[in-house]
Amino acid sequence: MLSDKDRIFTNLYGFESPFLDAAKKRGDWNGTKDIMAKGQDAIIEEMKESGLRGRGGAGFPTGLKWSFMPKQSDGRPSYLVVNADEGEPGTCKDREIMRHDPHKLIEGCLIAGFAMRAVAAYIYIRGEFVHEAKVLEQAIEEAREAGLLGKNACKSGYDFDVFVHRGAGAYICGEETALIESLEGKKGQPRLKPPFPANVGVFGCPTTVNNVESIAVVPEILRRGGAWFAGLGRENNTGTKLFCISGHVNKPCNVEEEMGIPLKELIEKHAGGVRGGWDNLLAVIPGGSSVHLIPKSVCDDVLMDFDSLRAEGTGLGTAAVIVMDKSTDIVRAITRLSAFYKHESCGQCTPCREGTGWMWRVMERLATGEAEIEEIDMLLEVTKQIEGHTICALGDAAAWPIQGLMRHFRPEVERRILEYKKTHAA
Amino acid sequence: MPTLTVDGIEVVVEPGTTVLQACEQAGVEIPRFCYHERLSIAGNCRMCLVEVTPGPPKPAASCALPAGDGMEVKTNTEKVKQYREGVMEFLLINHPLDCPVCDQGGECDLQDQSMAYGEGASRYTEKRRIVKEKYMGPLIRTIMTRCIHCTRCVRFADEIAGVPSLGAIGRGENMQITTYNEQAFASEMAGNVVDLCPVGALTSKPYTFKARPWELKNTETIDVHDALGSNIRIDSRGKAVMRALPRIHEEVNEEWISDKTRHAVDGLAKNRLDRPYVKKDGKLQEATWAEAFGAIAAILKGIDGSQIAGIVGDLCDAESMYAMKSFISSLGGSVECRQDGSKIGAKHRAGYLFNSGVAGIDEADAILLVGSNPRHESPVLNARIRQRWLTRKCKVANIGPEADLTYKIEQLGDSAKVLQDILDGKNDFADVLKNAEHPMIILGQGALNRNDSLAILKLAHDICEKYGGVTDDWNGFNVLHTAASRVAALDLGLVTDGGINAILDGVESGGIKVVYNLSADEFDTSKLEKAFVIYQGSHGDEGVKHADVILPGVAYTEKPGTYLNTEGRVQIAQRAIFGPGEAREDWTIFRALSEVTGSKLPFDDIAQLRAKMHAEYPSFAHVDEKPNAEWADFGVSGKVSKDGFIHAIKDFWGTNPIARSSETMDECRAAMNGENRTEGATGTDG
Repeated sequence: MLSDKDRIFTNLYGFESPFLDAAKKRGDWNGTKDIMAKGQDAIIEEMKESGLRGRGGAGFPTGLKWSFMPKQSDGRPSYLVVNADEGEPGTCKDREIMRHDPHKLIEGCLIAGFAMRAVAAYIYIRGEFVHEAKVLEQAIEEAREAGLLGKNACKSGYDFDVFVHRGAGAYICGEETALIESLEGKKGQPRLKPPFPANVGVFGCPTTVNNVESIAVVPEILRRGGAWFAGLGRENNTGTKLFCISGHVNKPCNVEEEMGIPLKELIEKHAGGVRGGWDNLLAVIPGGSSVHLIPKSVCDDVLMDFDSLRAEGTGLGTAAVIVMDKSTDIVRAITRLSAFYKHESCGQCTPCREGTGWMWRVMERLATGEAEIEEIDMLLEVTKQIEGHTICALGDAAAWPIQGLMRHFRPEVERRILEYKKTHAA
Repeated sequence: MPTLTVDGIEVVVEPGTTVLQACEQAGVEIPRFCYHERLSIAGNCRMCLVEVTPGPPKPAASCALPAGDGMEVKTNTEKVKQYREGVMEFLLINHPLDCPVCDQGGECDLQDQSMAYGEGASRYTEKRRIVKEKYMGPLIRTIMTRCIHCTRCVRFADEIAGVPSLGAIGRGENMQITTYNEQAFASEMAGNVVDLCPVGALTSKPYTFKARPWELKNTETIDVHDALGSNIRIDSRGKAVMRALPRIHEEVNEEWISDKTRHAVDGLAKNRLDRPYVKKDGKLQEATWAEAFGAIAAILKGIDGSQIAGIVGDLCDAESMYAMKSFISSLGGSVECRQDGSKIGAKHRAGYLFNSGVAGIDEADAILLVGSNPRHESPVLNARIRQRWLTRKCKVANIGPEADLTYKIEQLGDSAKVLQDILDGKNDFADVLKNAEHPMIILGQGALNRNDSLAILKLAHDICEKYGGVTDDWNGFNVLHTAASRVAALDLGLVTDGGINAILDGVESGGIKVVYNLSADEFDTSKLEKAFVIYQGSHGDEGVKHADVILPGVAYTEKPGTYLNTEGRVQIAQRAIFGPGEAREDWTIFRALSEVTGSKLPFDDIAQLRAKMHAEYPSFAHVDEKPNAEWADFGVSGKVSKDGFIHAIKDFWGTNPIARSSETMDECRAAMNGENRTEGATGTDG
């Protein structure tokens, strides 16, 4: 269990003011100038040493990502874009950072932006986060007034600014290239890769897109050293992580924990345990709605990090733990997710545009049992026809929950079909 | 250069080639819907998925993937077959099976590819999507339920047409293609989206339910609605032209045509002259050919040659004009082709051609438009300038009235005085021209039909010489004509002293007694009242108003003919259908008339005529070559007026008798002016 001294987000619950004076007391903006004085390459090396993997879901090593940015400008400026379009169902960690600890993010923007030689950071914030955007904007303004941003930021000799851009309520705009399109004022649709954003990003300039949490932990890592961060968690799954526990637990919460904490411990220690006791657990979706669910048998001893969950055929994703107890209609629950993906598909590529609606309609029938047994395999084939065939990962994300359901709860789906047939035979 | 294998076939490709192009190079066909050579890559239909190693273990969209050295591409595996069947199934689940009543039937990419790559059956049993129709103007009929969201039309509007009013609204399966607020797609090239649409979502409104592609006779020919000489295909059924489609010619029209080229063809069936007329008792009355010829012969008898003038119109083929010239000069008269009052001379070819060639635009890095609105004078050429401008390697400036040309222009003023400033180095654009590798001047007809036009020509000539516009391998002096016949006519020397005005004055003063008008309808014929006017042409338009004898000629689709476009490129048009009634091919009329008047022309068929014409004018024999005219001194030094230029085309939709007879062109004009919205609003109507 994470000890308090290793905690990064010390105002996660908003017991103190989010603004500059209080933030400074918590240690933010402490020695920023000295960190920057180490130079860009040293910062990136330190980040690589920390082993920080992107906190937005895919888990790409952050230091490595930064190193893709051009060291010498070809005339185009570079940009840092912070993905604050937190839309993954079950996830609510970035929101807490922005409303309670915005200066961690802003300081992170400066340091990360400096390390990748960016001239500015754009924070693309989810449109529904009105309060969070206001807090963030106010925090940026006071940082600017205090000389922490703008010309000669933190007296480092580096000019850097941060801008907040509000989204308009599309899940797909959390995909980095769709976010870039949206930031440019276009319809939020993912771009083809290559070219990758580090080469051609926002406004055609080199860009790195990072999650809020990835950026917000940067100053603390650099203050305490990469080795400190790497010392937490397991090899290749280092550091601390914000977990969002929701669903059928006694005390749903956000909590910062060490990577690799056992799922059972996480739920029991921080969320007050599963409603009705651990044995009442049916299944858990461990990383936001886009990953495969895992049944109780797996939940018993799985560790919450990238590699352990991957080994179980699911993923850490955004570390949004959705707990479902035995009262859950699991087919109905996954059907609801299918409806979500159908609603949020951008409509650009064929398999996702047409397939998400198809899957949802079949799921609706499977939920009531008004279907044929063969349709289960057909549905699985349709998920395979979508998975990996699209420009972005939304197609995969729509396919996986259904695949997870069929892998672990196929008997339940079949039972419903047979029962429906029986009751409707007459 | 990357070397890769496609199904085991090794291909070497240019750097920057995509895997799809590499496959084509290897002779392997890749199905596609969204990919189009001339549009940006969208990669959204997913039909072109292939297996590529090395790479991630998932299919790659070959249209968007750059071909890399050592790549192994597989397109014939079981997996690729499944990818294609999968995408095909998805495309068809919400596509209506209404092929029997779909205008795209028989020439539909979706139909063809589902035959070739589909599974033949669907497992989809849920409800299908219905999408309301969208209004896109008088040319585009929409059946949006059929749309497969390839976004070709959107990309065409954004990139080629430069009128970005098409787009997608909604998302997921509710995504719909529409125009902004369901206004008409206000481009002069709107019809091209119908060709681009791989399904029957966007079809041609005027052609709706008119014909099936397999009933049509296809004739490859040349367009005459502007001076670009777009390569077209005329589809006809029986005696009717059903539609015009573009053919690919990289150096002329690529694969686009203007809406006038495409849709003015309904004017071919209206207001036609289908028999001769002779004026008796002050009234035009139907006559036989013999009566008409007799009336002409009677008038010509005893008239001195100098009292006879010929005028040729804008749509004439070289053969007709050659025959006319031969006929009129045999009587001692002369022929004039510049009915718009242009002052351009016929002496130096370089002085009246688009010397750089249309494809030369692709190399130009500074373009100066003088008295020209290329968007109206030649929309396809204008799109090419836009393509060049989009590369950011070319600056465009304009001297003339301000106009929205779909790209950014630097407005230098509207007076010819600016030309003098540029020549004197007093205008900033002089430096742009000087520093350009391939500077270009485009003179429109608006600069050539003024009293000071010869001085303007001289200034343009001198600017070209001074700023490197003419080198061993580049000639940036360009004249953009508006008349398809003009270059051939100038080559044939159909110019007279004083031009059209001298003829009109001659009629007034009695010096000219007979005017032979070969389909010239773009000048005020009321001034011909005192003369005996013979009008020969296809349509009863302005030209027949004061005619004493009317001889029915045929339109461009009804005769074989040679046309020289604004570059001087010789192109051969073919006969698609026969003319109506007693109308005859124009050169044969001169040939027949010459026998009656007693000076029989020395050719009996078109081959003989062409042989004679080629012997006299050798340039006419070089088919489909861009000529390199010798640079010369042309224009006359003099003072230019400070009056502003006036563009030659005031009404793009009605520049000739065919277009003016076309109902579709009337609808286009109304739609462009924001009138005449015929269809009801739908749910997305703002």
